[in-house]
Amino acid sequence: MSAPFYVQGLFGEESSLVLAVLIGIGFGFFLERAGFGSARKLVAQFYLTDLAVFKVMFTAIVTALIGVTCLSRIGWLDLSLVYLVPTFWAAQAVGGLLLGVGFVVGGYCPGTSVVSAATGRIDGLVFVLGLVAGTLAFALAFPALEGLYVAGDLGEKTLPEAFGVSWGSVVLAVVLLAVGGFAAASLVEKRMAAKTAPATD
Amino acid sequence: MASVTPDVVQDALADNPAASRPYTNPYLAGIGLGLVLLASFVLMGRGLGASGAFNSGVAWLVSLAAPGYAGSNAFLSRYLEADTHPLKTWLVFEVGGVFAGALLSGLLAGRVARTVEKGPRVSNATRFAFAFAGGGLTAFGAALARGCTSGQALTGGALLNLGSWIFMLCVFGGGYAVAFLFRRQWR
Repeated sequence: MSAPFYVQGLFGEESSLVLAVLIGIGFGFFLERAGFGSARKLVAQFYLTDLAVFKVMFTAIVTALIGVTCLSRIGWLDLSLVYLVPTFWAAQAVGGLLLGVGFVVGGYCPGTSVVSAATGRIDGLVFVLGLVAGTLAFALAFPALEGLYVAGDLGEKTLPEAFGVSWGSVVLAVVLLAVGGFAAASLVEKRMAAKTAPATD
Repeated sequence: MASVTPDVVQDALADNPAASRPYTNPYLAGIGLGLVLLASFVLMGRGLGASGAFNSGVAWLVSLAAPGYAGSNAFLSRYLEADTHPLKTWLVFEVGGVFAGALLSGLLAGRVARTVEKGPRVSNATRFAFAFAGGGLTAFGAALARGCTSGQALTGGALLNLGSWIFMLCVFGGGYAVAFLFRRQWR
């Protein structure tokens, strides 16, 4: 039997909740290791002084992407059984813009604010309260937002399907984009450090 | 809340590298994060998340305060189905794990401290106002996009999900577009 094991019925809901906690512990652990409990470390991405957000995120994406690609090629993982959030491109574009603005205003995104609150940051805890308020506001406004919520409906769609190219070619493109991005990121960090350093002469 | 501790103490705490160990190399942390994500795909057939847990939490709170309304709200009612407790969902347990894992890592590295993350030129009260507003905006955006940086950008990014990549580009675009306006909070 191939993975994903929960979908294939190898274990039940109670066990899945135990796994949820364990997987969450791993997630939170590495977010904190990366420094993502600190708002200043996170927002530095947007001031180009520290591009760790990009580096960590794209390393994680490439790692998991290569993993699922290899496992599915050798038949150990049925990718069609892994849940894919359906694409509503307009809703996701507007939602992404709002989240990006909120990230800079508040210093966190939802997951990293939990990390921040867990490590004692009071602003992280206040951000979490803001999350509750924002979710409540969205729910109350939902009748008026329903049109936008379903705008740009393309169903479950991957990049290879959307562009009519092979899965492997998109994987290669993402890996090249990441490697090129890492080199560019280090260059930008050096330039910014030189620019902001006090004059020595 | 502005008088929890003097700003001077907080700045000293946050800036004091002697008490805490340096962060892990971003590529190593990224590989660790990627392997956790891969494990979630293989074991569960789903990725990571964060904002979804808040949807469940708010649905539960509203169902306590106004059960009739919660059941009739098309957004909230999806989190109130079946006869199980609204908080007994995968993402609520996962986010509980995130809290524990972050605390564990922070304790091991000496990075747990009651402090406020901000630049020296803004007060705690200002920082809290921005944090609350930012939290509200990100939650609103995540609810609209059907996921946040975890559930969409990271998870969907690794599955080559079209909507997730559109979302991710817009997150960075939105952030860079307004970063200049909010620089005073951090510098």
